[in-house]
Amino acid sequence: MSDSKFKNPIVAWIDYRLPVFSFMEHELHEYPTPKNLNYWWNFGSLAGIILVIMIVTGIVLAMHYTAHTAFAFDSVERIMRDVNYGWLIRYIHMNGASAFFIVVYIHIFRGMYFGSYKSPREILWILGVVILLTMMATAFLGYVLPWGQMSFWGATVITNLFSAIPIVGDSIVTLLWGGFSVDNPTLNRFFSLHYLMPFVLVGIVVLHIVALHQHGSNNPIGIDTKSPQDTIPFHPYYTVKDMFGLGVFLILFFGFVFFAPNFFGEPDNYIEANPLVTPPHIVPEWYFLPFYAILRSFTADAVIYLPISWLMSAKLAGVLAMFASIMVLFILPWLDHSPVRSARFRPLYKQFFWLLIIDCIILGICGAKPAGAPWTYIAQAATAYYFLHFIVIIPLLGFFEKTKPLPTSISEPVLKGGGGSSSAANAKPMEEA
Amino acid sequence: MRKYLISVAVVVSVAVVTSSTVMAAGDVVKPPKQEWSFSGLFGTFDRGSLQRGFQVYDEVCSACHSVRLLAYRNLMDIGFTEEQVKKIAAAKEVTDGPNDEGEMFQRPARLSDRFVKPFPNKQAARAGNNGAFPPDLTLMTKARVGGAHYLHALLTGYKEAPKGKKLAEGMSYNLYFAGNQIAMPPPLSEGGVEYADKTKATVDQMSRDVTTFLAWAAEPELEWRKRLGVKVILFLLILTGMLYGVKRKVWADLH
Amino acid sequence: MVSSADTAGDGAHGAEEGETRRDFLMLATGAFGAFGAAAGAWPLIDQMNPAADTLAASTTEVNLAPIKPGQRVLVKWQGKPVFIVRRTKAQIEAASSVNLANLPDPELDAKRALKPEWLIVVGVCTHLGCIPSGTKQGELKGEFGGWFCPCHGSHYDTSGRIRKGPAPKNLPVPAYEFLSDKLVKIG
Repeated sequence: MSDSKFKNPIVAWIDYRLPVFSFMEHELHEYPTPKNLNYWWNFGSLAGIILVIMIVTGIVLAMHYTAHTAFAFDSVERIMRDVNYGWLIRYIHMNGASAFFIVVYIHIFRGMYFGSYKSPREILWILGVVILLTMMATAFLGYVLPWGQMSFWGATVITNLFSAIPIVGDSIVTLLWGGFSVDNPTLNRFFSLHYLMPFVLVGIVVLHIVALHQHGSNNPIGIDTKSPQDTIPFHPYYTVKDMFGLGVFLILFFGFVFFAPNFFGEPDNYIEANPLVTPPHIVPEWYFLPFYAILRSFTADAVIYLPISWLMSAKLAGVLAMFASIMVLFILPWLDHSPVRSARFRPLYKQFFWLLIIDCIILGICGAKPAGAPWTYIAQAATAYYFLHFIVIIPLLGFFEKTKPLPTSISEPVLKGGGGSSSAANAKPMEEA
Repeated sequence: MRKYLISVAVVVSVAVVTSSTVMAAGDVVKPPKQEWSFSGLFGTFDRGSLQRGFQVYDEVCSACHSVRLLAYRNLMDIGFTEEQVKKIAAAKEVTDGPNDEGEMFQRPARLSDRFVKPFPNKQAARAGNNGAFPPDLTLMTKARVGGAHYLHALLTGYKEAPKGKKLAEGMSYNLYFAGNQIAMPPPLSEGGVEYADKTKATVDQMSRDVTTFLAWAAEPELEWRKRLGVKVILFLLILTGMLYGVKRKVWADLH
Repeated sequence: MVSSADTAGDGAHGAEEGETRRDFLMLATGAFGAFGAAAGAWPLIDQMNPAADTLAASTTEVNLAPIKPGQRVLVKWQGKPVFIVRRTKAQIEAASSVNLANLPDPELDAKRALKPEWLIVVGVCTHLGCIPSGTKQGELKGEFGGWFCPCHGSHYDTSGRIRKGPAPKNLPVPAYEFLSDKLVKIG
């Protein structure tokens, strides 16, 4: 024990029996990290921190919330008015959901741009997609709890998606509701599940990090780290960088919380749920808008529906397409078989990446607009392009794209002062060094 | 190219979010923007306007509309003294009980009571208002697109119906109401209340005051929120600046 | 968010290896961040304190007219039981003639009842919070004719003072005022 790396005898004593300090030392301190990570790499830890903020504020809100249709709306307003700092905690939780999605979406697109999903990080990526799905479910469940008009009708519309399933659909919806419409049993189970899901999320996040630490972070150049020269210990370099990034994030975040707390919200959700009146224009929260647009694209007369119209109803097609738009991410590591990870060395892929971003934004706009011309047609085109990108363009790029030469190591561009102009390195960059 | 695309992406995404909140107005005229004492980073509620607004609510709106989430004690936050509020409350009757005989009974309201509703339930409210339900006003400025601007526009937006526009029985024409037909008759009329502070009670003035009052009713935390917000943001700016310094320092030996 | 500040302060980790790099900026940042974390934790703690509506609803009015001499009633105030007793001459006598020196928590009966006829005390045993018996007819009143706490055997007298048993204090007297002869406001 005297040869313990910990000077503090208590720490050494504990660590000999329960190696938590060794673990932290290994995974947080020494953990070798590529030295060239840019600020886009901040968003992973940021997402983790937001998850913690959401759990903490959520537990606190649950101390005052009443999951009953007769009291839910008023109990939330009581939090806003009478509970000490209740408005602050609730606004943090409310805006935190939006912030969580902004950060995670950036995190995902960062992974796409720099090819972080490629071997050997496929499972890391898949776990990330599972996290996204779990987040979406959690956010949806949580949005129902204030029991406003959007809560109620959002719950009604989304649960009705399952009625598209042939034969058993209606039974499934009745099961989800625990009745014949969204009502008190539904609210109660949604509260229970909304409380449960974040902890499931924590579990998946842990696996996500385990998978990350197996091969270490990808990096902007996208080639493997080859020598100790290429890496630096995570602490203090990236801890302090993450903290700085957190500071910037918090400034923006609290800007919304304190000065525009309802920016991301819908006015209709400040009207108590009324099962007899549907608001004239239902929209989901902004982070679901692109998926909502895909769902609505499949109308009976839509061109994208015609090829499968003999197979299923337009309703079912829309629901399947919406789920498929996320499911396609699961197989992205195999759809993209280009040996080069980073878009910096993939001139064509880079263009298509930005096209995809624009496509997603267009889908988002369409999702916010009332159904009808011209938005429906734009949404249909954007939906078609979305799937075209993943199913056709990405695989084809693997065959036809002429990639730029890669530097031989991460340190090289730094040492030579040049940006990856080495002639030596068009060889197989994916190989472990 | 990339910079350009990024900026396009940013502009478009901002547009998405804002457009999704500004919609739903349909073919109705957009309410004009007003200056409010409580808007902006440092805005606070004008106390005089709040108290006049309460008077307008109390003497006009409360005949049909509830503000069920407010309690009388809350009025102390807008500059009324405890004695004044007790007097205001004592003039209202609330149903309490049951008493020892098992009967419900009426008693004067206390500070801790919520604002008394004009109708005991929704059905009674409909029955008393030609079938239309006068909505609760507590959250009105948060629950309508356009918020306070919309509310003020609606209260002052009663016009003669244009020729050819058929109004249903008992309905009024309003420029800013969805569908332009509103069940509420014009609620405010010149000199409809006599302000204690001698402010001239024009329709515009009363509308402004009651809108300010209702904006406060919807967001009683607004002033506290902004005050705390300024402090928090300042703190974070300094902390982040310091963290940047530390980051530079830590990374200095690498380059 | 909470641990963030400390981690930043740990930027001076090198001190352990003998380097003295704990320079001012890092220390200051760490301290500043720790302050922020502590301030951020306060709302999360303070929300557990009674909310504004809970505090506001803290008075109860009781009509005393139907209470007969010698009768005890139980009313609820702030979610707690309050005993109201219309004491008989004998009970007042018993309460005021006690030698204070013998009491664990000496208090004059005159100090505990605004009007000797009416005793108003919070009905929560000062030991561990049970409700002492003796308010309803036929319940045990203890050795001193007041109340008896069944949980751990504390005896209270007709002034609500602790006389025997583990409880350290007398039953507390809530703030109250007589709005009229027969109407009292508690709180």
